[in-house]
Amino acid sequence: MAEHVTSRKVYFLVFAALMVLTVATWLVAQVDLGWANDVVALGIAVTKAMLVLLFFMHVRHSTRMTVLTALSGFFWLAILFGLTIADYASRGHILPYVAGK
Amino acid sequence: MASEPLAPHGHATHHPDLAHQFDSLDQQKESSTLGTWLFLVTEIMFFGVLFLSYSIYRTQYPEAFLLASNSLNVLLGGINTAVLIGSSLTMVLAIWAAQVNWRKGIVIFLLATMGLGTTFLVIKGFEYRDKFVEHHVPGLDFHFEVEHPSPHLRALAAKDPQLEKHASIYFSLYFIMTGLHALHMIIGIGILAVLTVLSWKGKYNSEYHNPLEMTGLYWHFVDIVWIFLFPLLYLLGAHAR
Amino acid sequence: MNTTAAPPVTATAETGFKRPHYLNAAYGVRSWLLTRDHKRIAILYLISVTAFFALGSLFALLIRLELLTPEGDLFQPDTYNRLFTMHGVVMVFFFLIPAIPAVLGNFLVPLMIGAKDLAFPKLNLASWYVYNLGGIFTLWAIVHGGVDTGWTFYTPFSTHYSNTYVISTALGIFITGFSSIFTGLNFIVTIHRMRAPGLTWFRLPLFIWSTYATSLIIVLGTPVIAITILLVAAERVLHLGIFDPALGGDPVLFQHLFWFYSHPAVYIMILPAMGVESELIAAFARKKVVGYKVVAFASVAIAVLGFLVWGHHMFVAGESIYAATVFSVLSMLVAIPSAVKVFNWTATLYQGSISYQTPMLYALGFIGLFTLGGLTGVMVATLGFDVHVHDTYFIVAHFHYIMVGGTIMGYLGGLHYWWPKISGKLYPAFLSKLAALLVFVGFNLTFFPQFILGYLGMPRRYWSYPPEFQVLNVLSTAGASILGVGYILPLCYFVWSMRYGKDSGDNPWGAVGLEWDTTSPPPTENFYTTPVVTHGPYEYNREEVHNRMSQEGTIG
Repeated sequence: MAEHVTSRKVYFLVFAALMVLTVATWLVAQVDLGWANDVVALGIAVTKAMLVLLFFMHVRHSTRMTVLTALSGFFWLAILFGLTIADYASRGHILPYVAGK
Repeated sequence: MASEPLAPHGHATHHPDLAHQFDSLDQQKESSTLGTWLFLVTEIMFFGVLFLSYSIYRTQYPEAFLLASNSLNVLLGGINTAVLIGSSLTMVLAIWAAQVNWRKGIVIFLLATMGLGTTFLVIKGFEYRDKFVEHHVPGLDFHFEVEHPSPHLRALAAKDPQLEKHASIYFSLYFIMTGLHALHMIIGIGILAVLTVLSWKGKYNSEYHNPLEMTGLYWHFVDIVWIFLFPLLYLLGAHAR
Repeated sequence: MNTTAAPPVTATAETGFKRPHYLNAAYGVRSWLLTRDHKRIAILYLISVTAFFALGSLFALLIRLELLTPEGDLFQPDTYNRLFTMHGVVMVFFFLIPAIPAVLGNFLVPLMIGAKDLAFPKLNLASWYVYNLGGIFTLWAIVHGGVDTGWTFYTPFSTHYSNTYVISTALGIFITGFSSIFTGLNFIVTIHRMRAPGLTWFRLPLFIWSTYATSLIIVLGTPVIAITILLVAAERVLHLGIFDPALGGDPVLFQHLFWFYSHPAVYIMILPAMGVESELIAAFARKKVVGYKVVAFASVAIAVLGFLVWGHHMFVAGESIYAATVFSVLSMLVAIPSAVKVFNWTATLYQGSISYQTPMLYALGFIGLFTLGGLTGVMVATLGFDVHVHDTYFIVAHFHYIMVGGTIMGYLGGLHYWWPKISGKLYPAFLSKLAALLVFVGFNLTFFPQFILGYLGMPRRYWSYPPEFQVLNVLSTAGASILGVGYILPLCYFVWSMRYGKDSGDNPWGAVGLEWDTTSPPPTENFYTTPVVTHGPYEYNREEVHNRMSQEGTIG
């Protein structure tokens, strides 16, 4: 059973990176960047999540099946988000000929 | 494995940790891992709905969400984020300890994870108490107004004539999201307690420690949920305080 | 495929001269309630789902009785609302979703892949207990008067205005959802990791492919309804407003979340039936299923595409017309893999060696009824048409054609086909064919008039109707009575057969499949030697199979 044993050093490095990113997200939030605030905040969150997934959850050394399973979860979430928001984003747009123009 | 007769049950040829439906420890481990990941997929979809609802209402009521978010304690939220990430570290170290056959280490790191998890819940408890005292709990004598508004915040608040109602939606989502998250942590701590006892008894070693891996995956997932909750719930309006 | 040799019949202390198998391996209530054997768990589920089916049918009977006359004269309108709601809740969540996967799937999946059990036997038993726990919550609500919101729980009526037991019903559904997830998860891991040596993906029976696709839907979709129903309960208790427009919420958001699961849910209901259908057609046409790979991929395609169409339930709910158009087009796309399967089954029948035993009668009925249901599905996917027939009996007829004409026929066909495997007994051939005929005739008489009623404008969920609709309603109720008899008969003769039925022998149909290579009933560990698979499924053309078939013969 050749299980990959990640070194403790890697774990501590990842932990440090996660701490730095947490501080970073707080810092960036102090500045008003308009819509970019959301993008940066989510970007940092996704980066942190990737670090946890790849290193703490061992996805980096996992089988293709595991990776596929994890990806499909997020993909399905994207379907839920995408099609629902497609409704909200396109509501209230009245076609010109209907509006009597 | 080809056409061997199946051994009658209860035979000593079985590895003691090998369940009877499996043919090898490897098959068992791969099955546990796949099974745990499938469960995490259900959790992704479960929490995902809440994040979707949050996104939709945040877009519809930006002022209310921003102002309501400002009433949260960012310091406590930040500390909790660090605590939870730390607990993920100790969790993964517990598995490392099993991989190197350090029985005491497993116990130490599992206890540390439980301790950090409990710290998280205690801090959360204080936050909830604050919300209760400030009447920010929907359904329990809810009342929201912006404390000491600057001209900028007052202008923001004026943009939404139904600010209090929309802020109530923010707090509903806040409590449901953090509440369900906390419930997952409580369950996780319960499972860790059981695992700690079993680890102390020497049940896990480099050859077999599936329950530790599975619980670790669950614990890290709960961490990831918080990684998204923190900026979305706490830091929304940080620049406008 | 090597025939696994059963051990010689010996007398043992427990079993007398009977060969030990899973039914007589241990006796007593504890051996059943604490079993880890997937076959026993399948039987436990069989008992539970049958009980809930009976309850759901009772509600249907009361609905049809009320609809015999145009006036509302049998029940109060409030009561009528509760009747159709509880009919829907019980039938959807406690019968249609679990039936084939938890009964036939649980029994057959390990057998069909040559495994000793599922990947997680304890989880399997837990799923049965969780199912019943959810059932208890819902039954408690029913006993106290039930719910009147429709099984769809639309807000804000369900969250704010309804005075019925919404929360306990919602909790019941929430809990039962976990049962479904456990089952689906178990199947996916089992099919991935526990196939017998030589059993590659494209040698799997199509029932396994369908079960796998179903399990994907279960794992990806069920959590969404879980959280949604939890939000409804929370909103009701705490007056939250997430779905209440008066408090700033959006009721359409609830509908999005509800249908994100509930549409794929109908594929959870039909895919396993399609899997059964493939097995029945192959067995009773003595022929490999035409286009095996296409059918296998179609199952997965249905599972995936099924998640992209939920907005077609909301065409008139206030979703944007652009989103509605997208959902309409996608809904037509999802019909394609289903139609492909129907073509393939039909092509399999062509030049097959067809015999008309009872399971085949159900299989043939399935093709016709599912096709009608599916075609009307394409009709209602058409945005312009659905605007007129939404919330009428046209929709009711459409989904009953699929769920009853499709799923229940598939379920009954499967039960009749695998009954000898499950029980080691035969049921009376004439009576079973009569029952199948009654089901078919009764079904069509019940639901075809409803297409006409809906098209003529009769709304659904109404307790009274204009007098000109009475004839069609009377026909529908008459059909329902016949259908009821058709359902009661199998219950009677299956139970009868356990005690008085003739022994079936190991393979009464002369069918080909790993499950038929072991004894009927199978031993607890399924196979005496682990099978090694050397070729694909449905090898009905092989010499050896031909010889075996002519020896074993077939039953009436």
